[in-house]
Amino acid sequence: MRIFFIICLCLITYSAAAQVKLLKLDDLDKRIANGKDTTYVINFWATWCSPCVAELPNFEKLRLANLKKPVKVLLVSLDFKSKLQKGVIPFVLNNKINAEVFLLNEPDQQEYIERIDKKWSGAIPATLFVNKKARRFYEKEFTETELKNTLLNLK
Amino acid sequence: MKRLILMAFMLIPGFAFAQTEGYKVGDVVKDFSLKNVNNKMVTLADYKDAKGYIVVFTCNTCPVAKAYQARISALNTTYFAKGYPVIAINPNDAGTVPDESFQKMQALASEKKFNFPYLLDPDHVVTKQFGATRTPHVFVLNKTDKGNVVEYIGAIDNDPEEVNSTKVEYVKNAVNELSIGKKPAIVSTKAVGCGIKWKKG
Repeated sequence: MRIFFIICLCLITYSAAAQVKLLKLDDLDKRIANGKDTTYVINFWATWCSPCVAELPNFEKLRLANLKKPVKVLLVSLDFKSKLQKGVIPFVLNNKINAEVFLLNEPDQQEYIERIDKKWSGAIPATLFVNKKARRFYEKEFTETELKNTLLNLK
Repeated sequence: MKRLILMAFMLIPGFAFAQTEGYKVGDVVKDFSLKNVNNKMVTLADYKDAKGYIVVFTCNTCPVAKAYQARISALNTTYFAKGYPVIAINPNDAGTVPDESFQKMQALASEKKFNFPYLLDPDHVVTKQFGATRTPHVFVLNKTDKGNVVEYIGAIDNDPEEVNSTKVEYVKNAVNELSIGKKPAIVSTKAVGCGIKWKKG
């Protein structure tokens, strides 16, 4: 029981300190490599992208449905770095986003778009499903069901 | 059986989103006639002395397009005189996003003193012909005997936020190369931009 309270407390403090960290692709790659059996569902979005904003709740549902499984939902914002404090962080707080949120800290789009997926035109929303064995990239919007099924079918 | 249904689910979006239409490098562009913010119609053929064109799909509201507004004006300042005018087209539907209306386009063009035409593309006809997918999205054309040929498709540069120390100015380089009779070394690039706001229904 006491442990339960401690966990609750941790969760509360964690969500209160909603953070958006800057992310380098090297760090993302390391995390995937060290993720053992974890599947990462990495959504590329921006506060200015209306279809992205519209589908964010579907990622929250996916996250909640997989809390006990080795699944991590990461939301990687492609907003300008200058918008971090006044744009992205308030957005995350106002929309009560509980998944891990990052802001991509890579200066060269040409390079990072290719690195994330060769087929990607750069249009968002886009989502990468990745674990040690599989890597699937989708330049599209996802419904809740599509997210669930894509995760289930990841081989 | 369940698995088959799931697989079907997976396949549908893949097909629906596969992009097939639009110009590729080397294609000849069909001329168009679109209304400018000054209410006059603009066609490529109007520019009798042009050697080519810098066609830019851009809009009123997209933060990425806004970040590039001054750079688009600067491109026209530099290259209009050299025979490569900027032609800007707003691909967005004002019914979907009211701030993309013709009136708002006029207001923006006068506020920012656009020195290039800023055209309305009702029903996305020209946008679809080009295959523009986002704003900003650039197509550099070269005027030849067989018509206006697409020579470059993509981003203006690799530095939307003007922080990249290894900046490459793709459009400038492509036009400079064309102006001395060479083919652009880089013919297509990718970029993050705002998706086009298509007409609903």
